[in-house]
Amino acid sequence: MDSAIYVIGIGQTPVGEFWDQSLENLSAQAIRQALADADGVSIDAMYVGNLLASAASGQANLGPKIADNAGLHGIEALTVEAGEASGAAALRMAFFALRSGFVRTALVVGVEKYTDMVGSEMEAILAQSGDYDFEGMQGQMPSGQAGLLMRRYLDQYQPKRAALGVLSILAHANGVHNPNAMYRRAISNETYTSAAMVSDPLNIFDSGPYADGAAALILTADAELAEKRGGAKIVVAAGNTAADALALHDRPDALVFSAVTLSVHKALLEANLEMAQMDLFEVWDAFSIYALLSIEACGLAAHGEGWRWLMEHDLSPGGSLPMVTMGGNKARGFPLGAAGVYQAVEATLQLRGQAGKNQVAGAKHALIQALGGPASTVVTHILSKIA
Amino acid sequence: MEIPRHWRLQKQRYGLLGEVCPHCNAKIFPARDVCPECGGEAKEPFRFSGRGEVYSYTVMNSAPAGFEQALPYTIALVKLEEGPTVTAQLTDVEQEKVSIGMPVEMVTRRIKEDGSPRGMLVYGYKFRPVMGA
Repeated sequence: MDSAIYVIGIGQTPVGEFWDQSLENLSAQAIRQALADADGVSIDAMYVGNLLASAASGQANLGPKIADNAGLHGIEALTVEAGEASGAAALRMAFFALRSGFVRTALVVGVEKYTDMVGSEMEAILAQSGDYDFEGMQGQMPSGQAGLLMRRYLDQYQPKRAALGVLSILAHANGVHNPNAMYRRAISNETYTSAAMVSDPLNIFDSGPYADGAAALILTADAELAEKRGGAKIVVAAGNTAADALALHDRPDALVFSAVTLSVHKALLEANLEMAQMDLFEVWDAFSIYALLSIEACGLAAHGEGWRWLMEHDLSPGGSLPMVTMGGNKARGFPLGAAGVYQAVEATLQLRGQAGKNQVAGAKHALIQALGGPASTVVTHILSKIA
Repeated sequence: MEIPRHWRLQKQRYGLLGEVCPHCNAKIFPARDVCPECGGEAKEPFRFSGRGEVYSYTVMNSAPAGFEQALPYTIALVKLEEGPTVTAQLTDVEQEKVSIGMPVEMVTRRIKEDGSPRGMLVYGYKFRPVMGA
């Protein structure tokens, strides 16, 4: 049997706008929390998930920058970039390193410093996750891609408009109880439907707010280390990364997130589990339409029927398939390339039984999924609690 | 400045020059190295008619650097009559008159301004409603 990959430490900073803190400050906070949580194990390798730093902070080569500042000397340290899914991709690389046997203990850090730059220059940097020559050069950016998909979905399937708000409203309700969430207040359906437009028909409550933040995970392939730490044993049971065409216009059907289908299917297959066995699903709600299309692509609903599925199911922590349990990208806040690591930290809290008022009772399997662009890159992981 | 890059893409931007696959006859835009339909090598130039229809559209209320002066602008996915879809701005049309399925045609317009004092202007395709359609 393949060796298990244990999660033995987690850390996260609050998500928000931290004008007085740098990339490495935020990273060090999350790393130190994770090290304390893991009883101070020694780290062999660090994988940093980040999207913006090379352009927004003028800083590439984050491995040494972050490792040195956090006092982690003599380790392997480098960045993994996969658009907004960078953090989840860093976790995937750590998983490979541990499974290979070359690395015994790995640190995954997702960090994003969104507020180092403001205005249209930042919008241009955000557009980098799309196709620069044929989307970016038309003035396109992520919110516009989501706007195109949402308009088409509304026209083609005629859903109730309120269906797109279901997860947004739930995310805000869950964010109330997450001390690290950017927004800790519930919103009403009226607030959702009357919100200002970002890229019509997409409004501000259809969009996860970009923010600063860092989250960290410590993983080991050493069962003795996991034993020594004690507590619930959480493992990364499986993972998968899938790629679609980068640009929306290069897909045979833009409303079909085919990389989501591939990624989920392969991850479940590897874990020898079925969708119905998942106790929670941290779906990617960077934009409400992305979550809706992901739900359809995962096979939870037929294409064009996901909006109905959203309205008919209880997705709260006590419901049939809890989603965005700690507020998701919408209310926890959306620290871009760091968000995939936040998902893993939040799933670990759920599996350990440490999610407070948002606890999913008896959670054993958590599905988490991060998208780079409109599901151009999809990274899926399954975290499980084992006996 | 990105002169080499814009120079490299000028035929695609000014003339909607794509490719036709010599193996399966698929029309391809933007140009790519491998045909998405059959997996063969794609390299025969093909000039698109520039006619198509709106598959979807959205109105941008914020913009990347170089596009601010056009705000608010409409971006569409335009399905070309030869098959491929392109991302492009719509022009010469009031936003509230745009609809899915609307016939459009390609025109050449200024698409981006480099904000620096001696910055370059980038020209390329946009789409407008077909006259009389």
